[in-house]
Amino acid sequence: MLTLDQITVEQGAFTLQADTTLGAPITALLGPSGSGKSTLLNVIAGFAPVRAGRVLWRGQDVTHYTPAARPIGMLFQDNNLFPHLTIRDNLALALTRTRPTASQQVQISGALDRVGLAGYETRKPAELSGGQQSRAALARVLLQARPLMLLDEPFAALGPALKHKMLDLVAEICRETGMSAVMVSHYPADALRIADAAVVVADGSVTAPLPTADLMQDPPAALRDYLGV
Amino acid sequence: MRALPFVAGMMLASAAAAETPVLTVYAPDYFASDWGPGPGIEAAFEAQCGCDLQYKTGELLPRLLLEGANTEADVAIGFNSDITKKARESGLFAAHGLDTSGLTLPIDWADDTFVPFNYSHTAFIYDNTKVETALTSFDDLLNAPDDLRLVIQDPRSSISGLALVLWVQNVYGDKAEEAWSKLAPKIVTVTKGWSESYGMFTDGEADMVLSYTTSPAYHIIAEEDLTKSAAIFDEGHYFMVELAAKLKGTDQSDLADQFMGFVLSREFQSMIPTSNWSFPAALAENEWPEGFQALPMPEKVLFYSEDEAAALRSEAIEAWRRALSQ
Amino acid sequence: MASRVVTIITALIVAGMVLVPVAAVLWRGGGLSGLGPGDWAALRFTIWQAALSALLSVGLAIPVARALARRSFAGRSALIALMGAPFILPVIVAILGLLAVFGGKGLINQLLAPLGLPRLDIYGYHGVILAHVFFNLPLAVRLLLQGWLAIPAERFRLAASLNAPLWRVLELPMLRQLLPGAFAVIFVICLGSFAVALTLGGGPRATTLELAIYQAFRFDFDLGKAATLAGVQLCLGLVAGGVALRFAARDGMGAGLDRQVARWDGAATVSRVMDGVWIAFAASFLLVPLMAVALAGAPGLTDMPGVVWSAAGRSVLLALGATALTLMMALPLLTRAGEAAALLGISVSGLVLGTGAFLLLQPIVRPADVALPVTMLVNALMALPFVLRVLRPSLDSARQDFGRLGAALGLRGWPLWRVVYLPRMRRPLGFAAGLTAALSMGDLGVIMLFADGDSSTLPLQIYRLMGSYQMEAARGAALLLLSLSLGLFWVFDKGGRASADA
Repeated sequence: MLTLDQITVEQGAFTLQADTTLGAPITALLGPSGSGKSTLLNVIAGFAPVRAGRVLWRGQDVTHYTPAARPIGMLFQDNNLFPHLTIRDNLALALTRTRPTASQQVQISGALDRVGLAGYETRKPAELSGGQQSRAALARVLLQARPLMLLDEPFAALGPALKHKMLDLVAEICRETGMSAVMVSHYPADALRIADAAVVVADGSVTAPLPTADLMQDPPAALRDYLGV
Repeated sequence: MRALPFVAGMMLASAAAAETPVLTVYAPDYFASDWGPGPGIEAAFEAQCGCDLQYKTGELLPRLLLEGANTEADVAIGFNSDITKKARESGLFAAHGLDTSGLTLPIDWADDTFVPFNYSHTAFIYDNTKVETALTSFDDLLNAPDDLRLVIQDPRSSISGLALVLWVQNVYGDKAEEAWSKLAPKIVTVTKGWSESYGMFTDGEADMVLSYTTSPAYHIIAEEDLTKSAAIFDEGHYFMVELAAKLKGTDQSDLADQFMGFVLSREFQSMIPTSNWSFPAALAENEWPEGFQALPMPEKVLFYSEDEAAALRSEAIEAWRRALSQ
Repeated sequence: MASRVVTIITALIVAGMVLVPVAAVLWRGGGLSGLGPGDWAALRFTIWQAALSALLSVGLAIPVARALARRSFAGRSALIALMGAPFILPVIVAILGLLAVFGGKGLINQLLAPLGLPRLDIYGYHGVILAHVFFNLPLAVRLLLQGWLAIPAERFRLAASLNAPLWRVLELPMLRQLLPGAFAVIFVICLGSFAVALTLGGGPRATTLELAIYQAFRFDFDLGKAATLAGVQLCLGLVAGGVALRFAARDGMGAGLDRQVARWDGAATVSRVMDGVWIAFAASFLLVPLMAVALAGAPGLTDMPGVVWSAAGRSVLLALGATALTLMMALPLLTRAGEAAALLGISVSGLVLGTGAFLLLQPIVRPADVALPVTMLVNALMALPFVLRVLRPSLDSARQDFGRLGAALGLRGWPLWRVVYLPRMRRPLGFAAGLTAALSMGDLGVIMLFADGDSSTLPLQIYRLMGSYQMEAARGAALLLLSLSLGLFWVFDKGGRASADA
């Protein structure tokens, strides 16, 4: 349960206001390019400061928490893995600041196994395909074991089939672990595929969440323009 | 346990060292280097003083002035006559109280503070296999063809460069700037110090270099190379002398006096020619090494007292600068 | 934030280590003193020769670095390492090397004479500029080459696929970011020129501020004037640094995965030939004088006295210590303000810095006891601006590319540096360490005031040999110095590239 309590964000001339609660297992942030979807995600993650308002997680005010102190695991658009570290060392950062212990190594291998990358521990990111890199990053979010996953279009660079597979994997993982997720997407189809609810970010404000299917069926004006319907 | 005798030995040695008085001698860097006169002088003096002579090297006068009365120095050796005025005014030095009647300098020297220990004269050195007709006067040099390639040192950063400026001042007086203008086309360049110039000369980059009348001695004695000569000028050569003095604030006054006396001794003086490559200040010519005896000597020696030099210096440097900046 | 505090403290320490000694000299000298007409002439010459030298060094470095970045050939990395050498040579050795090529009896004139062509006369303003370009072109090339290598392969791939003008979309933005800083650093180095300017300038026309400082110190013992002139140097350095940092564009190149930087441009014959010409030009301009140094030194190598070897050992230790110290100071200072603070160190006369340190320390310790630590510290201060210039762009891009990921993972303080920044900066770190080590080998620095007879360094030993007519041994020692400097540089630089790409 994530509450955006009378939030105001300012970035130069751009202002975004949000006052809503996201309670669905998976919520999609829809809206035209430049509407502030990623900004909103950065506010939730703690990368963008708010001018006014509070961010609450399960009733707890996390507005002034550092990104790492928030209950959040995040997948960025790119640069999700450190290129100079092996996959194991990348994943280990979710668990420890020192060398992973034997049991942590088992955990890492388990997470890799879960995303279909068993045996990739000693590879460097450059040796992996784009899809495999996404899987490795997802495995790390899994290891972080935070209650909320944020996705800033991490699969945008993948082909449709691969992207669908990854989205399904995210949904499965959320179901298995009870993790919630908030995802930014350009594609209503992506939202329809896994998001239970969706909000529209447009014209400097954020709508209340609606079930994704309902929203698509009867889109509000801002979304209609965007969808071209 | 085996370390014990070693440690005990060290302790004995340092106890012994603590009893040996230390005479601290400030000297220019070249002096104390392995190729300078320093090591030989140290050994000879230690053999008679029962003390430990230690050199501290670096810029001599600036360092002493910076340290002031706190200086560790007991004796300082290696001053040039052009900075003795500044040194004297500092009040850091004591009278030497020595009998200097044994000096063999080409000029009269009466100074109760600074004791000369070697001398030479400014001179232009050339390769006698390349320059056919030797120049015999400063006028010859001024009137030499402009393709004669000459390197000199900057009077603002080098003792020998300053001596050259005073030399020209002495020879040409009011016409010094004119003389510099005539010399200017032949001056390939001006270097910071003597080493750069001399390096350029030995590399063949210049035909002539400002150095000392004693420079050929090094090539003759150490390298058996007879091709380097000093041009001896009728107008005379500027006299350059190196000096030693005792510090007023020394805590080894007797040792310092003993060292000052040693400076004028035959033992010290006979080491000077082939280690300092200059003339000894208190040694009869017939006791010089053969190579030195054979060196052509200027008939006339030019010199400004420290007061005269101080009065002339700025204007002489300015004349040089104006003429060479054209 | 703790890291901010560390940065501020380090910047204050660095600035203090420069300003306090200058203030000490000023205090001892009885305050500021006026500048005479000769000083103003020196100031003008100092500024314009430094500006022109920096402009030419940086300008020539662009095509050379570009050619080196996009061509691969056998011996490329050895060539790059060797080409760095002039920057680290002791002045006296470099001058003789240059004269062996450009001097009156030098190689070029020996080639021109039989052809009946007019003789090349090196002495004059052009000689000063030539020598400064000789010293600083290597640094400029390396700084820019770092920039080219920092452009991720993905960008080149993208540009290639679009057939986009690489120059405009990738190279120019990178250069806009790097050129002002490179210019400033070289400008400030050339401000401190003394022996080079004088010797190749052909006389008192080429008088720099540093010579005026030396004169004030050595002959007049006018510390007030020395400090005043050092203050002028400081101001010049600060203005240069400030202007450069303001103009430097701040957009990073973005991250790429560490793939081999393969390029698709420059396949045309014209650009192949031009690149070859530029590489050949730089290599011969920089390497032939070095070869002259090596050839002149070879005969002297065999009969070098033992003290030369012990001085060499001392110099290596000094260099390693200075390198560690520099990196320790550099890491907290990788900010704009830090870079400005560090520029103080190089813009001020080493002589004044040494004198100030001497004045401050002399009541407390015997100067000779601290000769090596003080020299180490001053060398570290002198190397700091180069090191920061080398490291900052890569830290900026590491921060930009991985800062959020690091923050999301809760990496802060030392773990953030250990896990993210240092590995991302590995290549420039190796280069910076090599540069510092090599620079410290060749620096005469403040040891002149502090040293006693038996703690001399290799450059000091070379001067001693030359001052005692031992020209051949001095040449041998110079060759030893050159080899050791290059060796240290190579080891560090190699370490930085060990697992890196290209």
